[in-house]
Amino acid sequence: MSVVNSIFKRELSSYFTTPLAYVFIVIFLALNGIFTFYLGGWYEREQADLQPFFDYHPLLYLFLIPALSMRLWAEERKTGTIELLMTLPLSTWQAVTGKFLAAWVFSGIALFLTFPVWLTANYLGNPDNPVIFVSYVASFLMAGAYLAIGSCVSAVTRNQVIAFVIAVVICFIFLLSGTPLVLDLFQGWLPQVLIETISGMSFTTHFNSMLKGVIDIRDIVFFFSFIASWLLANIIIVEMKKSD
Amino acid sequence: MVTDVKISVKALRKKFGAFTAVDDISFDVNKGEVLGFLGPNGAGKSTTMKMITGFMTPTAGKILVDGLDIDNYPIEVKTRIGYLPEGAPAYGDMTTSGFLEFIADIRGYRGREKSDRVNSAIDKANLGSVFHKPVETLSKGFKRRVGLAQAILHDPLILIMDEPTDGLDPNQKHEVRELINEMAKDKAILISTHILEEVDAICDRAAIIACGKILFDGTPQQLQAMSLTHNAVRMKFAGEVPKLAKERLCKIGDVSDVMLESEINSLMVIPQAGASIARQVTHLIRDECWDVEEFVVTTGQLDEVFRKITTQITQQ
Repeated sequence: MSVVNSIFKRELSSYFTTPLAYVFIVIFLALNGIFTFYLGGWYEREQADLQPFFDYHPLLYLFLIPALSMRLWAEERKTGTIELLMTLPLSTWQAVTGKFLAAWVFSGIALFLTFPVWLTANYLGNPDNPVIFVSYVASFLMAGAYLAIGSCVSAVTRNQVIAFVIAVVICFIFLLSGTPLVLDLFQGWLPQVLIETISGMSFTTHFNSMLKGVIDIRDIVFFFSFIASWLLANIIIVEMKKSD
Repeated sequence: MVTDVKISVKALRKKFGAFTAVDDISFDVNKGEVLGFLGPNGAGKSTTMKMITGFMTPTAGKILVDGLDIDNYPIEVKTRIGYLPEGAPAYGDMTTSGFLEFIADIRGYRGREKSDRVNSAIDKANLGSVFHKPVETLSKGFKRRVGLAQAILHDPLILIMDEPTDGLDPNQKHEVRELINEMAKDKAILISTHILEEVDAICDRAAIIACGKILFDGTPQQLQAMSLTHNAVRMKFAGEVPKLAKERLCKIGDVSDVMLESEINSLMVIPQAGASIARQVTHLIRDECWDVEEFVVTTGQLDEVFRKITTQITQQ
């Protein structure tokens, strides 16, 4: 575990030694504000909850999280440091896990910094704080799912732009997999069981069910197994493609 | 298994699609030995190193590092190796000290031992002046030394360096060679280079690689002995070259050829392969009372041998 920890610390601190962290956090907070107050009409609703705030997170993550994850492996390959990393005494899973956790904790920090919205809600009224807490957990889990996709895709290419675009597309599919837009693509030629599976993989479904404030073990299991599967694929891809 | 053979490579092969980068290479490196890989670019030097360090998987063949098969013990093998990859990659956003601490961290050093390791690597690679500077702002020479410091940080049994002196100025090259010579006693070292003088300066053994094959494996002296001008005599006369000089010199039994040098009033006397002619030539000079200003026995030119060996195969 100490190797994972070493990688984790290096990765997390590297966010803050470059402007990336600050740019990301500022844009994340600014967009959150715009979505919540203007598009979500938070004041106009005159309800003390954070529904409009969380409603836009799936959309916000769609573009911001791949921007965070695109460098994870593509940059290592581009600069050749992957050769250094993979010839140190560590296993691929440790490197993949350490990098992923650092990115996830970083997105958690960005999410945590939205706390003034929560303070405002409490100042203006009496929101249901347990529901807000569960919603934060849901948002954090969803960020992890996006990141796992992005990390895996980043290992496929040395070009960060390509990593970004492909990650956005894949995240988009999982975001909307419960809607006719995606399901119609498969309707008619795939068996119903598979279509229901695809529909069950939707981020939106699981996220929205948690936003009601209910912790359903199925939603938690979904996000964790989703992350684990993508990281497993990530490990395999790094193993196969590290020296290309 | 206690053995002095630290790296053992048997029938190693690597294919990229239809292209064979490394073609049936076998060699050993013992403790206390510095083996230099020589070869033109794209000869398979780096690919071989990448396979020994576990970065690439061979298509066929066997690699034993300190008696351990890299397939079965990848982590154990990697703890024993210090590796400087080609181009000395490092995390540019980290400072020199931060980067080396990270490497020490991964290699399992903690607390006091960690800072000792980092400091001694910084001393050896002479990096004190850039301790707190981000690696990406360093000059090429410093970057290379950061890579070197990273490779020797854990005092490895086996050191593998891909072009360790590439991009360094003559003084830095000298320092790095001194460092390698110092460490050579108790390590097995494998370096690649295309600087021929380096082979002479630091290697106990040289292997010439071209087109994925080892074409020569022996001491630098043996390599020089393959040169046409090995043990040849270059002489410069005080005045014009005497008329009969060429003829007389050719009559010495072991002389194969006598050539006019480009330098004025100079001759090059080439011996038969393996023969030594210096004595006979000096006797002749004395007997003929020639006025010779300069007299040099040449050791042979490595670049000539290198060209001879490597162009043969590339033309095939």
